[in-house]
Amino acid sequence: MDTNKNSYTIIYSIVMVVLVAAVLAFVSLSLKDKQNENISNEKKQYLLASVGLGADANFDQVITEAIVVDGNGKVVNTATSNIAASEAFNISTSEQASLIKDGAPKEELRLPVFVASLPDGSQAYIFSAYGAGLWGPIWGWVSLKTDLNTISGVKFDHSGETPGLGAEIATPAFAGQFTGKEIFVGGEFASVAIVKGGAKEGSTNEVDAISGGTITSKALDSSIKTWLEAYLPYIKSLQALAATPMPIEGEVVATQENVENN
Amino acid sequence: MDKNLITNPILKNNPVTVLVLGICSALAVTVKLEPACVMAISVTAVTGFSSLIASLLRNTIPNRIRIIVQLVIVALLVILVDQILKAYAYEVSKQLSVYVGLIITNCIIMGRIEAFALGNKPLPSLVDGLANGAGYGLILIAIAFIRELFGSGTLFGAQIIPASWYVAEGGWYLNNGLFIMPPMALIITGCFIWLQRSFQKEENKK
Repeated sequence: MDTNKNSYTIIYSIVMVVLVAAVLAFVSLSLKDKQNENISNEKKQYLLASVGLGADANFDQVITEAIVVDGNGKVVNTATSNIAASEAFNISTSEQASLIKDGAPKEELRLPVFVASLPDGSQAYIFSAYGAGLWGPIWGWVSLKTDLNTISGVKFDHSGETPGLGAEIATPAFAGQFTGKEIFVGGEFASVAIVKGGAKEGSTNEVDAISGGTITSKALDSSIKTWLEAYLPYIKSLQALAATPMPIEGEVVATQENVENN
Repeated sequence: MDKNLITNPILKNNPVTVLVLGICSALAVTVKLEPACVMAISVTAVTGFSSLIASLLRNTIPNRIRIIVQLVIVALLVILVDQILKAYAYEVSKQLSVYVGLIITNCIIMGRIEAFALGNKPLPSLVDGLANGAGYGLILIAIAFIRELFGSGTLFGAQIIPASWYVAEGGWYLNNGLFIMPPMALIITGCFIWLQRSFQKEENKK
């Protein structure tokens, strides 16, 4: 057969493309569920990691509430069971990040908040963050204690930061620095600053940047700040609700116990 | 079967150190050992099976579009590898991220199909592809070993340099940050090429 004829070449390429497309479509369809399950499991683990719990913790017992709030702090949707299927769990933070960036009206934002009940009896609010890193998106979760000021834990991840450099944001060593930092300085919202050259001794809201990962560090810094700013009305409303003036930690535990006793 | 088919690509004609192909991914995925190993396995699988498929089809491929056909075969396999990693080795697939997709651009694969598989029977082609992938993988893993050990003080993420040696713990040792940076991969590759060339020169004299 003459393999150099035009008609042969055209038919050959058509058959090839159709075959390859069929194989890829089949594989993609048959692996889709498994891949989505991986993604959902990973998200659950990351939410748990953001409050300092390992993969062995029971997600459904720890995360008790999934709330959707808008940029004005108004609660749009609340789910207390089947969290993995809730609206908050399935919000695309990348879409919301571009809405925030484009300066969309605050009432159009849909921001997820998760309430975690920790084994030691305390509670934590988990907030999302999302932004552009050096090579691709970076995202994470920041959990605040019930004073809505002290960070109880964080978990960050990325799609393609440089291994050993920017990718270090996903390590426990980096995330561990955030625990105990405060996002308000003297009552004013200040977010957490990721500082190149090292955090100042005794600072309440600074952590060390990653050496060699400056762009990723800066991107993470601004993502956290942008997102916490978007959450700020909600955070403030929770603070106002909890007590005025802002309670210190010991008192919060006490009031919670009182509520339970009542 | 000729055993040179296996030993040549791994030693005398190593695609990285002798043919100087596939250098770009040697820079990108060799900071840590684990992604380097998965990358080595993935590339070996893709070179092997793309050579096999190309060899099976070699008499039917229209000459004028043969590069396109090769590209489609390679792309198909790479997407398969990517999908399978995402489903069954999710953690590692995330570490490798874009570099799995970039296997398509690895010149070793197209080079072996064009130079060997299109003119040889399926079985030798498969062996040739696998051996070339292994030759590439070997260098990748060797570079990653050096870079992770000196750059991070770990191997496969486990601490190797005793923690008490570090300056932070009152010792005298510091990780060498240069090993984490991409230029160091080139320098190490250069050293490998140098070593191999001087070694082979002596062997040729005998």
